[in-house]
Amino acid sequence: MRVDRSQLPAVGSDPAFKFPRIVRHTLGNGLAVRTLEHYTVPVVTFVMLIDGGVVSDPAGQEGLAAITADMVDEGTGDLTAIEVSESLAQIGADYDVDVGADAIVFTLTTLERFAERGGGLLADLLTRPSLRLEDFERVRQMRLDRLRQLKDSPPAVAERAFLRLMYPDHPYGHLAIGNDASLSGLELERVVRCHRDIFRPNRATLVIAGPMTHDELRQVADTTFGGWGTSSDPVASTIADVAPSAGAPRLTVIPREGAAQSELRIGHLSAHRNSPDYPSLLVMNAVLGGQFVSRINLKLREEKGFTYGARTGFDWRRRLSPFALQASVHSASTAEAIRDSFAELEGIRGARPPTEKEMLLARASLTRGYPRNFETAQQVARSVAQLALYDLPDTYFEEFIPKVNAVSADQVVSAAQRYIDPARASILVVGDHHAIADSLASLGYGAPQLLSADV
Amino acid sequence: MRAVDSPSLPFSKQTLSNGLDVIVHEDHHVPIVAVNVWYHVGSKNERPGRTGFAHLFEHLMFEGSEHHNSGYFPPLQQAGGVLNGSTNTDRTNYWEVVPTSALDLALWMESDRMGYLLPAVTQQRLETQRDVVLNERRQNYENRPYGYALMALTSVLYPADHPYHWLTIGSSEDISAARLDDVHEFFRTYYHPGNASLSLAGDIDTARGFELAERYFGDLPAGRAPEPVQASAALDREQRLVLEDRVQMPRVYMAWHSPAMFSEHDAELDLLADLLANGKTSRLYRTLVYEERLALDVSAFQSSRELGSFFLLAATAAPGKSLTDIAAAVDVELERVADEGPSDAEMERARAQTEAHFMYRIQTVGGFGGKSDQLNAYNTFRRDPAFFATDLARYRDATAAGVRDAARAYLRCDQRVMLSVVPRGQPALALSGSNPVTVG
Repeated sequence: MRVDRSQLPAVGSDPAFKFPRIVRHTLGNGLAVRTLEHYTVPVVTFVMLIDGGVVSDPAGQEGLAAITADMVDEGTGDLTAIEVSESLAQIGADYDVDVGADAIVFTLTTLERFAERGGGLLADLLTRPSLRLEDFERVRQMRLDRLRQLKDSPPAVAERAFLRLMYPDHPYGHLAIGNDASLSGLELERVVRCHRDIFRPNRATLVIAGPMTHDELRQVADTTFGGWGTSSDPVASTIADVAPSAGAPRLTVIPREGAAQSELRIGHLSAHRNSPDYPSLLVMNAVLGGQFVSRINLKLREEKGFTYGARTGFDWRRRLSPFALQASVHSASTAEAIRDSFAELEGIRGARPPTEKEMLLARASLTRGYPRNFETAQQVARSVAQLALYDLPDTYFEEFIPKVNAVSADQVVSAAQRYIDPARASILVVGDHHAIADSLASLGYGAPQLLSADV
Repeated sequence: MRAVDSPSLPFSKQTLSNGLDVIVHEDHHVPIVAVNVWYHVGSKNERPGRTGFAHLFEHLMFEGSEHHNSGYFPPLQQAGGVLNGSTNTDRTNYWEVVPTSALDLALWMESDRMGYLLPAVTQQRLETQRDVVLNERRQNYENRPYGYALMALTSVLYPADHPYHWLTIGSSEDISAARLDDVHEFFRTYYHPGNASLSLAGDIDTARGFELAERYFGDLPAGRAPEPVQASAALDREQRLVLEDRVQMPRVYMAWHSPAMFSEHDAELDLLADLLANGKTSRLYRTLVYEERLALDVSAFQSSRELGSFFLLAATAAPGKSLTDIAAAVDVELERVADEGPSDAEMERARAQTEAHFMYRIQTVGGFGGKSDQLNAYNTFRRDPAFFATDLARYRDATAAGVRDAARAYLRCDQRVMLSVVPRGQPALALSGSNPVTVG
């Protein structure tokens, strides 16, 4: 039978999506544990989410949570850093630390038959790290050197400066790694205290996914983390929500002489992750710049050829989170790319509401491929850790598809009107200031604030 | 259902009458199917003056085909699919991961661009994608610290008429000069069933997979097998180069020619790279970064390629430390491993990591590196998707003596390229005797 090429084949109906059952346990020491049975390959993943991170860094000690998290695999018990690494290698473990705005997330993946060894090793690292002075000094120096190297990376320079613009007076306003002054002034004693205050069972959630029953997984949790001592100290005071600051500079340029491209950020503080408008925000972002087929990427990349890719998104946090556009654009096209971007930010707020076609595409791309996100034990475990991070219900994944499918074009426009405000968006450019100054002036935002990549 | 205990990748394979290889792997855990197509063409098939073309062509494959004469992203994203493609020196791949219900759509589209691309390629689409690619080059090479290093290295490792002399991204000049005629010729030469391999992995029955492959691809005309590329390269001495870049710390790169992908000693050199520079237990990390603190980081890998591989080692100087001291420390370690070989403990660790990594590789059906991609890799380069097991055995069966012999035979200090990348205006930080190299 010859293929009918006069039209695309119809797509069948979506298979029912069911997220694996999440079972909650609480260990004797108060540690919250969630288990998931995941039978595909004999691989097990541990995710430990600890309440703390960028937000818990005291002023002047930026980078404290990150260096503390980095220090835990520098030794435990009799093991040196090298021996810890050797122990991880012997079980083929994939070990990773991510220090986020609100949480430090440790992930360890290993073969099923090493589940107890892997979990036990993770427990040793997190609950009984050596935190030795010589390791601390070495790690701190490496982080200072890393900071220095980041000054040559336009995306890193932009990210750092943009956070400062978004959060001038809040702990969220710095990179996890901190800055030269804060890292140089840190002492081991602060790290020890940070570990004592933050790494405790009542601030943590352990997720384990693997090819075992819930009982067996809980058993593994108990054997490995059951001995983690409780602390009677109260959990540190909570950090206030963010008040959007007025009067952020409109246009900021960080000069990078001779740069081939301008690294661009445009955005402002916008929304909360657990907002009831979350599904509308997701669909709105998908139409605007959250996927390849979005207005901004189609305009800047596929129509104009200004960039390899442009996107928008929310940088979600527990508190008020930024919405931003990011792209690296050819220097000569910088001003025009900014103008085009603003036209799109403005358009979706009413002048050009999403078409029926755009709505179909945005909703479908978020929902129809959803099961794809849960193929591996690691994907499943990390997803469930997000529930703990944002206080979302265990039914979250099951409810996602119907909620997104219920979003209307009107809701998208109304979400854009409430959460996107081009008039107060900050524009940040890391680029060749001499080459782009004249065209930037034509945008009418006045003289830019000039910053150095060092700040 | 309990999973397998040892990594394995079962499949069925058939070849259509037009020469298209079709491979199907069943995995019903998640209701998705991966569609993956490899064309056996890459920048190795380019010639001087036309560099970067294979990759630019890949971009055009997403812009439309005769019967769907607009972008490839909208219909597939609307069906809940994700898609991408990539080009390297040896091959070009394209993939979609779609809900099972959209498999027909993905196959229709892949087959349409395999058979009917050219009517949709216009001068305007070519020009736009040319600008996109020039921006990709600016973003990933020109505006990135150390972004020119690999370009400088390959330009010296390989003679000017060897297709590994240039990187897949190509030169800006050549990209700008690409013409519609080139697109037509390239498509006719390389994009046809006989030079391609299709693999399906996921929630699909094998018989149904073959039936659909026949239905969508079966009537595409067969093409002529492209001429195999012949090229060789060797170094007869050590060459030292210096490149000034917008970087804070100097970095030294060392590169050697090494055996081609899947040939003797290729796996041993891969293991050697891990043993030297992967993780805190590795020898060079331990000495250079942890103990002596000469370097901020060290890395090594065997870049396995069809026409011949290269082994690359790099280390960034710690503040105030010299590349000369780093290079000397590296040479001590290279000499030691060539003399004594790895220890039993190192080999045991390597075997444990190999087994785990092969297991991790079979966790996803699609995307870069997923099961469908691996089956196509083995089929394209070995004509044998079952090579997964052989590949695993190459690593399991590697011996300390084999690794030692590989180090001895290939990582010679009198046949390599040493590139120093130094902060602008400070050429004196390079290794002594380095000649300036220009790239762009």
